[in-house]
Amino acid sequence: MSAAIDVENLTKTFGSFTAVDRATLHVDEGEVFGFLGPNGAGKTTTVRMLACLISKTSGRATVAGYDIGSSSDQPKIRGMIGLLPENVGLYEELSAYDNLDFYGRYYKLGVQKSSEQIEYFLKMLGLWEKREDAAGTFSKGMKQKLAIARALVHDPKVLFLDEPTANLDPEASKTVRDFILELKKERRTIFLNTHLLDEAERICDKVAILKTRLVATGSPEDLRHSLSTRKVKVQLDLVDDAVFGAVKNLGYETVEKNSNSIVIVVRNPEKENPEIVSRIQTAGGRIQFVTEVGSSLEDVYLKLVREAQ
Amino acid sequence: MDLQNAWSVAAKDFKIYRKKINVIRASVAYPLVVAVLFPVILNYSISSTPTSVAVVIAPQLMDSFSVWFLIGSVIIPTAIASYSLVGEKLQKSLEPLLATPMSDGDILLGKSISCLIIAVASIYAGSIIYMVLTDDITQGLLGYLYYPNWHMGVILLVVPLASLMSVEINIIISARMTDARSAQQLGTLLILPFIGLYLASELDIFPFTDQNLLILAGVLALIDLAFYFVSKATFQREEILTRWK
Repeated sequence: MSAAIDVENLTKTFGSFTAVDRATLHVDEGEVFGFLGPNGAGKTTTVRMLACLISKTSGRATVAGYDIGSSSDQPKIRGMIGLLPENVGLYEELSAYDNLDFYGRYYKLGVQKSSEQIEYFLKMLGLWEKREDAAGTFSKGMKQKLAIARALVHDPKVLFLDEPTANLDPEASKTVRDFILELKKERRTIFLNTHLLDEAERICDKVAILKTRLVATGSPEDLRHSLSTRKVKVQLDLVDDAVFGAVKNLGYETVEKNSNSIVIVVRNPEKENPEIVSRIQTAGGRIQFVTEVGSSLEDVYLKLVREAQ
Repeated sequence: MDLQNAWSVAAKDFKIYRKKINVIRASVAYPLVVAVLFPVILNYSISSTPTSVAVVIAPQLMDSFSVWFLIGSVIIPTAIASYSLVGEKLQKSLEPLLATPMSDGDILLGKSISCLIIAVASIYAGSIIYMVLTDDITQGLLGYLYYPNWHMGVILLVVPLASLMSVEINIIISARMTDARSAQQLGTLLILPFIGLYLASELDIFPFTDQNLLILAGVLALIDLAFYFVSKATFQREEILTRWK
């Protein structure tokens, strides 16, 4: 599969401040790539570099095969990408239709193609009936959808979405997320900046975690498995002090007690579980079952971001 | 530079201006006041003066009044340009615009065109009303039509150059401002040199003869060229996204 985005040692500094430090990543065509990181991690700066809005300090990157550092390639890249910035930036005085129509003109779509595209996306997003209403009268969710439509009006090869569900209520977030999933079905390449792990886990084929430097890349599944520690849950009839004390005495750093279960963070459950089971039984505990609790992307994220600090 | 791109940006701005009461007020109020008030003053001055005196002072008054259209050509872009750029900054609509294939120059030219066309059109419209009303007065009281004449023609030739200078300077000012009103207030200071020129003309230090107006046009053309490069240097994608607040 060919690369939609290929980044190698991409760096951006502002004076003495390094916003992005030697990021290397690869996004295949048709892939939804989640770019995770806390606020100020350099996600927006990376997107702006890839969208040729700001220059890189060093490193190299190509988008749709064009070099972001080449001034002759930059307009070509901008013509092939769609960008939803963190602030939607709609023309509030203009109607939903006009907001898209002007962008159709900026991309030189032609009247016919532009009106077809606008109708397609406004209908797809359930905004067609409101096309003559001023964008300023729309709810946050509707504005976000309209801004996504604006980013798509010229049928871009790569779509950059910068925090598309930030500041939206749960219902609006779901609408936007569902729409991104629809786009995923169309096999569009999507570069999704987010700090919402649940969102990345649900939508993305691959994720990268950024904290100025790239701290991890892989599928959400791979990252979950990359954790060096795993969790074991022992289900019992009852967890009394004797049982809990016996487990605590094994010296594990993290042992959580619930009414009838104990969750222990272990390194190697295959080796360590028999000893845990034995100690619990010796302390009089009646074990119902022992299971491994899957680590979430959140666990991985928190661990890696903390390590990067 | 792609004129089609620039025109698309200007067309969008025109559509927005139609809904901005401050822009409408700025582009209509000044030319209308000047176009109506000065003929009223002229009418009063002529009718309350003996004809022998009126025939001497009337042309002086009319030439003096017409300079106010030149001053207006600096004031009107101040309001429009400040709303155009600061408005985009406040709505955060510059980032998606800058993410299109258009060059910085196309966007800057589009914004300049939209401000310039409105300013020049409103000044020209105001001057036509003024000339018609004035001619009506001079025809009735003095027995001749004063306008159109070369003097007004030269003033209207200088108007786009003065407006362009105002647009360029206001773009530079707006880059540093976070609200339209502050940008407008600072931009309004631009009229001071023109008021100075007006006073110099009234005191006969630099009379607004056709020749002097043509010299002024030449100087403004040079200033326009210099500010074109400064505003182009100010209006850079990276600068806008990382420095403009």
